[in-house]
Amino acid sequence: MARKLVINPVTRIEGHAKITIHLDDNGNVSGTNFHVTQVRGFEKFTEGRPYYEMPSITARICGICPVSHLLASVKACDAVMAVRIPETAVMLRELMHFGQIVQSHALSFFHLSAPDILLGMDSDPAHRNIIGLLEEFPELAKDGIALRKFGQQVIERLAGERIHPSWIVPGGVNSPLAPDMRDKILSELPIAKAIARRTLKHFKSIVEEFPEEIEHFGNYPSMYAGLVDAGGRLQLYDGILRFRDAEGNLVTDVERPRDYLKYIGEAALPTSYLKAPYYRPGGYPQGLYRVGPLARLNVADRCGTPEADAELEGYRHRFGRVVQSTFLFHYARLIETLYALERMETLLKDEAILDTHIRATAGVNALEGVGIAEAPRGVLIHHYKVEEKGAIRWANLIIATGHNNLAINKSIEAASRHFVDGNRLKEGMLNRVAAVLRAYDPCLSCSTHAQGIVPVRIELVGPDGAILDTLQSADAGD
Amino acid sequence: MPLIALVRKEVIPVPRKISMRIDGEMISATDDQSILQAARANGKYMPALCYMEGLSPVGACRLCTVEVSGVNRLLPACTTPAADRMSVTTNSPKLQQYRKIALELLFVERNHICAVCVSNGHCELQNLAIEHGVTSVRYPYSYPKLPVDVSHPRFVLDHNRCVLCTRCVRVCAEVEGAHVWDVASRGTNSLIVCELDRPWGESTGCTNCGKCVQVCPTGALAEKGRAVEEMVKREEPILQLVSRRGAMS
Repeated sequence: MARKLVINPVTRIEGHAKITIHLDDNGNVSGTNFHVTQVRGFEKFTEGRPYYEMPSITARICGICPVSHLLASVKACDAVMAVRIPETAVMLRELMHFGQIVQSHALSFFHLSAPDILLGMDSDPAHRNIIGLLEEFPELAKDGIALRKFGQQVIERLAGERIHPSWIVPGGVNSPLAPDMRDKILSELPIAKAIARRTLKHFKSIVEEFPEEIEHFGNYPSMYAGLVDAGGRLQLYDGILRFRDAEGNLVTDVERPRDYLKYIGEAALPTSYLKAPYYRPGGYPQGLYRVGPLARLNVADRCGTPEADAELEGYRHRFGRVVQSTFLFHYARLIETLYALERMETLLKDEAILDTHIRATAGVNALEGVGIAEAPRGVLIHHYKVEEKGAIRWANLIIATGHNNLAINKSIEAASRHFVDGNRLKEGMLNRVAAVLRAYDPCLSCSTHAQGIVPVRIELVGPDGAILDTLQSADAGD
Repeated sequence: MPLIALVRKEVIPVPRKISMRIDGEMISATDDQSILQAARANGKYMPALCYMEGLSPVGACRLCTVEVSGVNRLLPACTTPAADRMSVTTNSPKLQQYRKIALELLFVERNHICAVCVSNGHCELQNLAIEHGVTSVRYPYSYPKLPVDVSHPRFVLDHNRCVLCTRCVRVCAEVEGAHVWDVASRGTNSLIVCELDRPWGESTGCTNCGKCVQVCPTGALAEKGRAVEEMVKREEPILQLVSRRGAMS
């Protein structure tokens, strides 16, 4: 008898999602679906608003990476104003972005995924969270909390607030960096870098213990997309949108953001509110590509900072020039954290960062603007059309997790086929499926995540709708 | 003062000194003052939203309502003349309750989303809500679908944030003398309109002085291009102007 397994909600991710696993008569996995269960409507309800309000409105899409939305949005607004913003403003925006990358990567690795990696995929779900981690690996858990705090404080020191800062504005930023704040961040950087180095070392020492996860967590060839500079170095704030194939060949360079629509199409899926972008010349669904830390390190030739480049070399030596396994998103995320900290130091040591010319002003000079930035989870695109007085006429946003939608579906299916056995269902099997999703660090909503509180509930449902079996965590029912 | 009175050279009566009690305390005032003016002249705080020094009072917001002994209903302090031997209570539990209700009703009437508002942190409505402990609203929001007028080259009118205090209408008519703004329709359908309801950018009377923007207590009228939290209103120059040329009444 064909059956259906449902993981709802998936915990330790940002937002709300559900996974359905279909089983055939023999209890084998016949198919899977990844559903994003909320609709937000930002593209529609912002119509008619003045374009310069878009950064603060769209930042509300996410409480974890509002800075990424702010950046993509202000870049689209800069394009509408057709201004070249002051150099110092670019540096300050980048600096804040690195703070955000560090805090978000720390959240993803330590708070959300480390419980699976360090406590074990099959460990007690009631204990498999940051609190459990604090008990078993107190030093590592504290490192994680300290690193996230550092990143958040960089944002606060620049903007005066950590979440949804109003400091990044169309044309630049709205206040310069105070010298004492620069000194404060600089004085804390060595501790953050030490944490990043320690964690990388620890992860490298245990990565061999996960051969099955590396092999089956969505380990398949795909295309990758990410921002690079003219020299092929990793970029997070601005750059050329580069597509690279599974063999490492350059597919396309999208040099002008406004050309993105030539290369990216969006398919609507019947099973999810999240659309599925695909590489347009490749068609749907063959044009599957991945974004995020794994993709960025595959796309870039190098990071461009000494320590991160040394780590990147070791990573490629171990897993190849183009790394395909979804599990290794974690590794890539840690290398990027180190990169962000190094870049932060370079920026802070440049005297120009204290310059007070930080904002360009203009009205509407172009009726369309596209802004592309790298959110912690991958390429983020904001595209606005305005009428000539400045009211938004049309908006299109492609969020990092959207780009990964097809890849997430494929990875979940691959992992389900390998790990799930419908005849002897165990919680750990389904946790591995959820862990694949966590490796992508999907950000499905605007809310900061109530991790460890929302219970996992897995139901075996027969074709007649009857619940045949249920597995749930101790605190289920909340 | 009606224009005809000046033509007839009518003698303007000299304000008479009066004594009254505000919250039990005896104060001196003049009989040409409202309760609100008398209270403020004596350093007594009274909340108000539509009232602005130098503009004719309209009693629209009901936040300055007070209890007057001997009167069995609440009266707006901005439009009620002060009188000799009057005894006024400005802050009773009943008044606090009514003010809170008035504020909540202002919030449910339009779409006030502080977090993404240009006036966040510098908004009189927001400050009053904080002052009165309005942490939630007990009535259903009406979520009206209202337009944003971005047609003016320098300023923006967002009806979603308007509380219909009519300060803009009055400052434009009484201080600038342009009378660009008016209120169209009635009740909850009331809307601030430019001239005979045309886009602000097409106004023939607007002098682009920006007084309406500076006196607007919320983010409804704002300078174009101000990002969230950046719209800080400057009422002081307008108050100065009014005091130099003599207050309207």
